[in-house]
Amino acid sequence: MLLAASAFAVACGGKAAPEEPAPEPTPAPAPPPVSTPTDDSAERDRLERERMAREAAERDRAVSADLAAMINFDYDQAVVRPADQATLDRKAAILVANPSVKLRIAGHADERGSDEYNLALGNRRAAAAKRYLEGKGVEASRLEVISYGEERPLNPGSDESAYAQNRRDEFEVTAGGDKLSAPQ
Amino acid sequence: MTKLTLLIIVALAGASRLAAQDTTRVDQGVRVGVDYRPGVRPGLVVLPGPGLDSVRAIVGRDLDYTDRYEMVTVAEASSGSATGRGAAEGGGGVNYGLYKALGAEFAVELAESPGGVIVRLHDLNAGRVRNQQTLGLPPSTAPDFRLEVHRLSDEIARWASGIAGAAASRLMFVSGGRVYRADSDGEGIAPVTPAGQTALSPVWSPDGQRMAYTQLGEGRGGILVQALSTGATFMVPGSQTALNITPAFAPDGRTLAFAHSDERGTDIYTANVIDRCCAQRLTVGRYADNLSPTFSPDGRRIAFISTRAGPPQLYVMAADGTDQELLAPFDFGATGSSNAPEWSPDGASVVFHREVTGSPQIFLVDVGARRVRQLTSSGRNEDPTWAPDGRHVAFISDRSGRRQIWIVDVETGRVRQLATPGAARLPSWSRRLGRTTVIPNP
Repeated sequence: MLLAASAFAVACGGKAAPEEPAPEPTPAPAPPPVSTPTDDSAERDRLERERMAREAAERDRAVSADLAAMINFDYDQAVVRPADQATLDRKAAILVANPSVKLRIAGHADERGSDEYNLALGNRRAAAAKRYLEGKGVEASRLEVISYGEERPLNPGSDESAYAQNRRDEFEVTAGGDKLSAPQ
Repeated sequence: MTKLTLLIIVALAGASRLAAQDTTRVDQGVRVGVDYRPGVRPGLVVLPGPGLDSVRAIVGRDLDYTDRYEMVTVAEASSGSATGRGAAEGGGGVNYGLYKALGAEFAVELAESPGGVIVRLHDLNAGRVRNQQTLGLPPSTAPDFRLEVHRLSDEIARWASGIAGAAASRLMFVSGGRVYRADSDGEGIAPVTPAGQTALSPVWSPDGQRMAYTQLGEGRGGILVQALSTGATFMVPGSQTALNITPAFAPDGRTLAFAHSDERGTDIYTANVIDRCCAQRLTVGRYADNLSPTFSPDGRRIAFISTRAGPPQLYVMAADGTDQELLAPFDFGATGSSNAPEWSPDGASVVFHREVTGSPQIFLVDVGARRVRQLTSSGRNEDPTWAPDGRHVAFISDRSGRRQIWIVDVETGRVRQLATPGAARLPSWSRRLGRTTVIPNP
C-alpha cells in the first residue's frame, strides 16, 4: 500500500512536470564578494542555520522511525513482550506530544497455524499494542487496528528466524505525520 | 456379438492402495482410527460395451472413489459387446460365471438410449438384475454433462449398497487469492470469484445455489454472498466494518454465522442472508477469539474455535449462543492448537485440525462420546471439509511438496489427490447437487 501510494505519487509528479513552464534562465552569479569580518559572521550564521536544519531533519527522521518501529511476538501469543515495551513507550510519548497524529496498527502472523485463525491472531496482536498505548495516555480514537494474518510475510522464508520476523505489529502514520515534534 | 477375446485385468485396487493408508503413527494416546478390513468390500465391474466410453470411464472412477467396492477392471482385446454370452449366461446376457470368478459381486451395464442411458445393476451371486432404470443424460457437449454422469454413478452406488455416492458434488478452494470450483473427481476447474481480489474461506450454501466467502482488503474484510448462477453478490449485514472471517451457512440456508474481528477481539455473529438483516452477536470474547462456526445438520448447535482457555480449541454452543462448553477434550499445555472445524453431514462427529509436534493433522471428535481420533500423520494436513456421503474428508496437505487437496476415506484410510494447477487452500465440499432424472419406460 505504501509502495503503491509512493509509486502513484512519483507517477503523478512525473506526469505533471512537463506542464510546468520552463524556468527562466538563471542570471549569472555575482562574483564572490571580497572577504570582510562582517561576511565571516554571515557565513557562520548560514552554517549554523544549515546545521540546525540538518539536526531538525534528523530528529524528524528519528521520531518517524520511532513511530514506525515494529514490535514482535512469541509464537501464537498476542502479549507485548517486555523488550518491546520501550518501543511502545517511545511511540506513546510521541503521540502525546503530537495530538494530531493518528496511527494504524497492523497485526501479522507467521505461516504456521491455521490461515483463518492467523487473521484473528493478527487482530489480537494489533489490539494488544493499542491497549498498551491507551494505557500510556493515547486516545483510542487515534489508534486503528487491522490484521493481515499470515497473508503478508516480511520474510518469505520458512524457518524459525523468518517466523520470528513475521510475527509482528506494523505501525503506519495515517494523519498528522507531516510536522512532528520530538517528545519533551 | 460374435467371438470375444477378453483380456482381463483384475485390479485388486485395495491391495495396491494399502501402501497409501495414513495409519503410520500413533500420537499421544489418540487412536489413529483406521481399521482396514480386507474382503469386506464387494467386487464390482463396469462392463465394457459399445459407445458411452466416457460415461463408463467416469462411472467406473466414481464408483472406485466411493471406496465401497473392489473395482474389477475388464479390458476388451477386440471390439464388440463384452456382455460375454456364454454357457453361464445370466439375465441381460451377462456372463455371470466369468465375472464371479474374477471376484465381482456386482456388474454395471450401461447402454445408450434416446435422451439417456439404460442402467442395469446385475447381482452376480443372486444371478439376476437387481435394478434397472433409464436415466436422463444430456449430450456430452452440454455444460452439466459430467455432473449428470456423476448423478448416475451416485444412483448406482445407492442401488448396490443402499447409500448414494458423493460424486455429484463439487469442491471450492482458494488459489492465488481467487476461489475456484472443481468437480468431485477434480475435473472442470473454473474460477468463481474475480481475479485481483484476496478471497478466503469459501463455503457452499446447503442447496448449492450460493456461496459465501471473505473478501480481504487492506487489513479488513467483509463477507460476501454470491449467487453461483449469476455471480451477483451482496455483503452480509454486520460484516461491513473491520475484519470478518470464517462464514458458515445454517442448514436452512437463511442464517449465516461468521466471525467479526475488531479491537475487542473476535466474536461469532449470525445474520439473515435471505432478508439481509438482523445481525446478532453470539459470543462475548473479552479480547479472546471466537471463530470458525459450523452448524450441526439439525441447525440447533454450533461448534466453533475459542481461545478462551489459551490456545485455540474446539467448543460447542446452542445456535442462540447459550450453553457454551468444550467439545474436544485437551490437556492444557500439552495438546496443540485446534482449528477449522466442520460438522459431519450425519451429525455424529466434527472434523478439525490440531497441531501435533508442530504440524497440523486431521482429527475427528465423536460428538456423543467426546473422543478424538487422528486421521492423518504424514506431512502438514489442515482445513478439512466433509464430502456429502459423510465418509470422505477433503483437506489440504503438503505431502507432495506443495499445498494440494487430498481426500481420505474415513473408513479405510485410503487417500487420493484432487490435483489443482496451483497451490490450493481452504477447501469446501458441497452437498449433493441436483437430482437424477428418471425416464419412465415406454
